Amino acid sequence: MKLFKRHNNVLPGFGVTLGFTVFYLSVIVLIPLSALVFRTMGLTWGEFITTVTAPRVLASYKVTFGAALIAASINAVFGVLVAWVLVRYKFPGRRIVDALVDLPFALPTAVAGITLATIYSSNGWVGRYLEPLGIKVAFTPLGITLAMTFIGLPFVVRTVQPVIEEIEVELEEAAVCLGASRWQTLYRVIFPVLLPSILTGFALSFARGVGEYGSIIFIAGNMPMVSEITPLLIITKLEQFDYRGATAIACVMLLTSFLMLLVVNLLQKWSRRYAE
Amino acid sequence: MSIKIENISKQFGTFTALGNVTLSIPSGELVALLGPSGSGKTTLLRIIAGLETPDSGKILFNGEDTTCSHVRERSVGFVFQHYALFKHMTVFDNVAFGLSVRPKSTRPSKAEIRDKVNDLLRLVQLESMGNRYPAQLSGGQRQRIALARALAVEPQVLLLDEPFGALDAQVRAELRRWLRKLHDEIHVTSVFVTHDQEEALEVADRIVVMNKGKIEQAGTPDQVYEHPANPFVLNFLGNVNLFHGRLSQPGSGLHAADGADDNAVSYVRSHDIEIDRNQQDATSLRAEITYIQKLGPAVRVTLAIDGNTGYVEAELTRDVFQNLGLKQGESVFVRPRQVRVFVEDYQI
Repeated sequence: MKLFKRHNNVLPGFGVTLGFTVFYLSVIVLIPLSALVFRTMGLTWGEFITTVTAPRVLASYKVTFGAALIAASINAVFGVLVAWVLVRYKFPGRRIVDALVDLPFALPTAVAGITLATIYSSNGWVGRYLEPLGIKVAFTPLGITLAMTFIGLPFVVRTVQPVIEEIEVELEEAAVCLGASRWQTLYRVIFPVLLPSILTGFALSFARGVGEYGSIIFIAGNMPMVSEITPLLIITKLEQFDYRGATAIACVMLLTSFLMLLVVNLLQKWSRRYAE
Repeated sequence: MSIKIENISKQFGTFTALGNVTLSIPSGELVALLGPSGSGKTTLLRIIAGLETPDSGKILFNGEDTTCSHVRERSVGFVFQHYALFKHMTVFDNVAFGLSVRPKSTRPSKAEIRDKVNDLLRLVQLESMGNRYPAQLSGGQRQRIALARALAVEPQVLLLDEPFGALDAQVRAELRRWLRKLHDEIHVTSVFVTHDQEEALEVADRIVVMNKGKIEQAGTPDQVYEHPANPFVLNFLGNVNLFHGRLSQPGSGLHAADGADDNAVSYVRSHDIEIDRNQQDATSLRAEITYIQKLGPAVRVTLAIDGNTGYVEAELTRDVFQNLGLKQGESVFVRPRQVRVFVEDYQI
């Protein structure tokens, strides 16, 4: 029996492209990930549970996922604002600001980490003014959130920006003709149109935050139970040649991230229910 | 509500969209702004709505100056060419939008809104579509929903920007008749923009012909069609042939050599040209049929007049065409039934 019905398509290429996609995803994504799982299989169930629920590990989940969620939420708000300003207003230096948004993409993460740590440390440019106010950024979870916000911003801006560009001015005009105030137009007409892209940007920013290592370790301080992120724990385990322990934690991260992205995807589908 | 437009001008950079336009629209009329693209008709509509501000001039609603009042306060219903429906809302929510955004003190109750919306959906004959999303409707249905949405706020003025422009021919014709009927029922002062002369002639009480930011003529469909004020209006409303020189009314002939009338141009509508095998009188001109085109109920015959460069197009009914049994390449006589003469310095 044939697996797929033969498509009588004018534009050929379905078979070839599907084949390539499966092959490519296997080589690039699936094989390394399955190796991860296989490696973990070396542990007994009991050992696995003990490894992934050790207090230090649990604390690191909280720090990593918590900070990533907060950072992604911050980006979801301010990234949209940045995208809005970049699309809707013409001001001198707009192109430069537009280019600046991509900087976190391009900058080596270690550079970003060192820079942030220097600026926000107690004698840094910004840190010295925050310190007397009782706000400690460097070497605390706050610093981790800051680093994640920094590296996640372009994801939100770049996913939302094209959608804002596509919004027809007519929609806003129609709303205002019908008597809607500016605020009502924003949250009843424009926001629902942007929501799917905001969710995508949020998911990407969150995923990046969870997986981030380079920029965070410099500013985090890496104090066990307080400001230690999970990726760092994995590295630590690797350095101690505890490969199974490292992969076990990695598996938990993988699963959690996957589930969260799945939820975001479902939310996104729901927010686009009108398009079908 | 009557609308008065006084000396409105609008400039976009170096382009003059409107130059000193004055127009008055009596209460309850359905007026068409007709003109080619770039004639300023949409700009004028948007200025009436308050979506655009004029550089100078005044807009009066019922004699009251509204030039500076905000769109929200003008109580206009605006229908866009591409519907501008809110895609993420159901048809019901789209129509209810104008009512549900009102401040609490003037907002009708949920039940009142529901009744009102259902009434409107019935008016536009889409009662059963309330739960659908705009993406699930056809173009004609979407435009009717857009109209219902605009009517929900009980506007004093209804403005339609090429409302049928994005629809196919059959739906367009149907919606036109429907709009006319609707207007006869609700009698709200309405202005619609179109570049389709047929649409304007069929639907409007009054037609305002615009060109290059100016009003060329305003009047009833009969007035602008039967008594065009200038060659532009004549040319824009229907196919027209032009003869350089004064082509006299039936009784004489083509006197192109008439020195005093060198600048005169004669215009004959294509359905005002008669074709005959025999010479009727002195106004008949000998011509050769170069091309025959059948256009459904009508037949368009292209002729080359002897001793005259350029071609003349005549439009005959299928009956007349069949009775004459015309053939391509045949030599016949043409005779203009009605001629309009304008002096050349008013060039199109």
